[in-house]
Amino acid sequence: MLFNNKKRNEAVDILADRIVAGFSPAQDRPKGTDWIPKRATEPIRIEEASEALIAPSETIKDQLASMFKNNKVALVSAIVIVVFIIGTLFAPLFAPCDPYVQDLGNRLAAPSIHHLLGTDNYGRDILSRMMYGGRVSLLVGIVPTCIYMAIGTILGLIAGYCGGIVDSIIMRVADVFMAFPSMLLAILISYTLGAGMLTIFCALSFVSWGGTARVVRSEVLSLKEKEYVEAANSIGVKTWVILLKHILPNCVPTLIVLFTMNVPGNILTESGLSFLGIGAQPPSTSWGLLVFQMKKYLSKSPIATLAPGIAILILVVAFNFLGDALRDKLDPQLKD
Amino acid sequence: MENKKVLVQLKNVTKEFNTKSSSFGRVKNVVHAVTDVTLDIYEGETLGVVGESGCGKSTLGRLMLHLLEPTRGDVIFDGQNLNDLKPAEIRDLRKGMQMIFQDPYASLNPRMKIKDIVAEPLVTHKVCSSKEEEEKIVENLLSKCGIRPEFMWRYPHQFSGGQRQRVSIARALALNPKLIVCDEPVSALDVSIQSQVLNLLGDLQVERNLTYVFISHDLSVVRYLSDRVCVMFLGKVCELGITRDIYANPMHPYTKFLLEAVPIPDPERRKEQKDMLSGEIPSPVNPPSGCFFRTRCPYATEKCAQEAPELKEVEPGRFVACHLVE
Amino acid sequence: MSDKKTIFQIRGLKTQFFTKKGIVPAVDGIDITVKQGEAVGLVGESGSGKSMTAMSVMQLLQKPGKVVDGEILLDGENLLDKSMKEIDEIRGNRISMIFQEPMTSLNPVYTIGKQVSEAILTHENVSKEEAKERAIDIFRKVGIPEPEKRYGAYPHQLSGGLRQRVMIGMAMVCNPELIIADEPTTALDVTIEAQILYLMNQLQKEKNTAIVMITHNLGVVAQSCDYVYVMYAGKIMEEASVKALFKNPQHPYTFGLMNSIPKMTETKEHLFTIRGMVPNLLHLPKGCRFCTRCDKAMKICTEYQPELYETEEGHKVRCFLYDKEVMESGK
Repeated sequence: MLFNNKKRNEAVDILADRIVAGFSPAQDRPKGTDWIPKRATEPIRIEEASEALIAPSETIKDQLASMFKNNKVALVSAIVIVVFIIGTLFAPLFAPCDPYVQDLGNRLAAPSIHHLLGTDNYGRDILSRMMYGGRVSLLVGIVPTCIYMAIGTILGLIAGYCGGIVDSIIMRVADVFMAFPSMLLAILISYTLGAGMLTIFCALSFVSWGGTARVVRSEVLSLKEKEYVEAANSIGVKTWVILLKHILPNCVPTLIVLFTMNVPGNILTESGLSFLGIGAQPPSTSWGLLVFQMKKYLSKSPIATLAPGIAILILVVAFNFLGDALRDKLDPQLKD
Repeated sequence: MENKKVLVQLKNVTKEFNTKSSSFGRVKNVVHAVTDVTLDIYEGETLGVVGESGCGKSTLGRLMLHLLEPTRGDVIFDGQNLNDLKPAEIRDLRKGMQMIFQDPYASLNPRMKIKDIVAEPLVTHKVCSSKEEEEKIVENLLSKCGIRPEFMWRYPHQFSGGQRQRVSIARALALNPKLIVCDEPVSALDVSIQSQVLNLLGDLQVERNLTYVFISHDLSVVRYLSDRVCVMFLGKVCELGITRDIYANPMHPYTKFLLEAVPIPDPERRKEQKDMLSGEIPSPVNPPSGCFFRTRCPYATEKCAQEAPELKEVEPGRFVACHLVE
Repeated sequence: MSDKKTIFQIRGLKTQFFTKKGIVPAVDGIDITVKQGEAVGLVGESGSGKSMTAMSVMQLLQKPGKVVDGEILLDGENLLDKSMKEIDEIRGNRISMIFQEPMTSLNPVYTIGKQVSEAILTHENVSKEEAKERAIDIFRKVGIPEPEKRYGAYPHQLSGGLRQRVMIGMAMVCNPELIIADEPTTALDVTIEAQILYLMNQLQKEKNTAIVMITHNLGVVAQSCDYVYVMYAGKIMEEASVKALFKNPQHPYTFGLMNSIPKMTETKEHLFTIRGMVPNLLHLPKGCRFCTRCDKAMKICTEYQPELYETEEGHKVRCFLYDKEVMESGK
């Protein structure tokens, strides 16, 4: 019987590595006959190397580690994103001040020790407001993305695998949805539901699935021709199992990359909507709203409006770089 | 041949593909992949199917396993007509027939461990009662096919082409099938690895009384492995019979040219002036009228243009479809 | 045989790939001699370095590959010393190459006529009309039906066999001294392969062009080559005239290869096999590269690499079994 999981992997790795990598470089035959050892012509048989693996096992950790080692930009981006997420998620712990406390004697102050980014028009600490506001921005960036990507993936899988009329219908519906500018739809929804987080969530979660569906569909179209899918069919595997076990896992790299590229888009959209006044409503705040609220004080305290804007910029760029690196890393992996 | 049981019967099997011009399109071109094929496959034998590109041999293999549905005609496996069965019944029948594919790099899911790949048939048909039993069966299959059982926790990209093909074979054997269709299983492998895999296939057949349908364009490999061989051209069977006889004495003109064209690894037997087949391989979209081969055949007559020849038994066990051989 | 002029020579060529995981010695010191009008075969499996040799000669190596040592002599001039401009003049003109996949080596957006004319115009100072004439002429020679009509055809409109004929035409149109054909018929059907091999044979004899035929198919080698080099893991393991090689393969690898191919005339119980698989070039075994798969391996084979020993005239083997000194002193 074989060893249990972790031990098993380690033991086999050692075996494989020893087999594959164990040799030192060869020496050419020297001149003359003095170097010839005794019994040099005795027959020998080397078995092990014949069944070795051609590549060592690489866990996800190893792969990510090698990606970050080679691509410093991606590493920095990942760190930035993590810092932002932790900073905003644990805002109550890390924020230097209470974002709602007003200090009317200290309005629009320049950055100082107490207020690292200065204060806003009510004397509230900008850094703290940004940390709390970041929660909203990130939340709206990530959660609706997850929702619409899930919708898009499911529909894309069905469209791609079933083909025919089902495919046509889903794709035409997707086209209709994609033709809608999400901003405009958000504005329309806000007239019905009123401005606020619910509006934005609805607007962003249910409209943008078209792009994902299209991408997933084209992946599925190429994947379903692969011989391992045909093999699964010939074994008698049910269709939904094929979709779940064979096709979806092979779409994951594309989806990961798509995710890292969609999130910044959503953050920007949310910022835009808040800027227009339809998004986060006071007293809660988001970066977009901060930019909007502080823009009238641009001349008096430029940092008040620029800081959240730059934060958005940094986060979007970080996601894009990380997405690029992930795509480069994951794609060649699939091509043997 | 006389007392052997028939495992698979193909009766007038035809497969046509429609290529559409637009998504709502009308049918523009019809690809005649397989036309009117009738043959029997006996239990325990290896039937070789040879031909060049466009001859339909891969399509025929898939029709036998019901991975494609015939446009017309019947495929009868172990007495059951596959057209009459419901999807659940076909799924059940799949336990008895499996396939090995050509591309070792595409026939294994890169995201699944080897153990899961080989165990998938067992899991799908709920053969095992426990994980341990499953592991044991996979261990046995892998060692039988020459892969160290410890490697079952690895991923396909860590294996070479030859090793991957062995994993495919192990997967095909999991449910103890009666029939295995091998679609060019060694074409993508190096020469020195080909013989290893061919030996393995030969051993497994003897041990488990398997029936093989061996599809290949490599005539020497087919010669080695097959008991009977079927030569196809543009979707039709030209000649069918015992391998030794066909290779020694080909009757259909196409078979003659095909065998003649193979470069023999013997410099003493160099043909200075070959009787070569001229012209290009016609497209299966618009096959010539009458006999499909007539545009390339130097012996074609009037009759060949008007009437398609039937596959007739010219000697016991030897079938030829040619007006000139009757 | 020996009074023919040597027009092409590779001496001690070493090509290495500098990858993140280490240095891959794709071609590790090979010597090849090609005489005028001769057909030389370069046989090997994947990883043997045969394609890399062709790429090194034509200076088509992609990064991270680099020629690190050796000489490539065309009529005595070392190609590795030349500038890119000079190489451009030689490519297509004095040395041409035929690739395996005609679809990817022909530009899909230009007609075949234009591509061949372009090849002529690049190297020779003739008018466009004359180039067109010569292109049509070469199409006729390589057996393309209706050459005037096909002049304006695009590659995707032709079948694989026809495309390969176009490639051959393009390679021959400037009357090169040497053609390097990298697996020219591997992607073709058997009956088309026979036609193409015959055509190449005819043209070669007619124009007295030397050809280096790179292939893994021993049948092709037997039918079309005069002298053969067998490569394995970047080194030449055996070289001999084609008749001598097939009659008496001395290296265990060659012997194994020849016997593991099923023959058209016999059915054996079991095919001869070479156990194991081609080694990873990053982790080559110590000693002879073939020792891990060799049935005749000796202790010394795992420590030192043999040289090429000449066993008969024109027949060389890289194996300690033929090293008299070792075989005698090593007992």
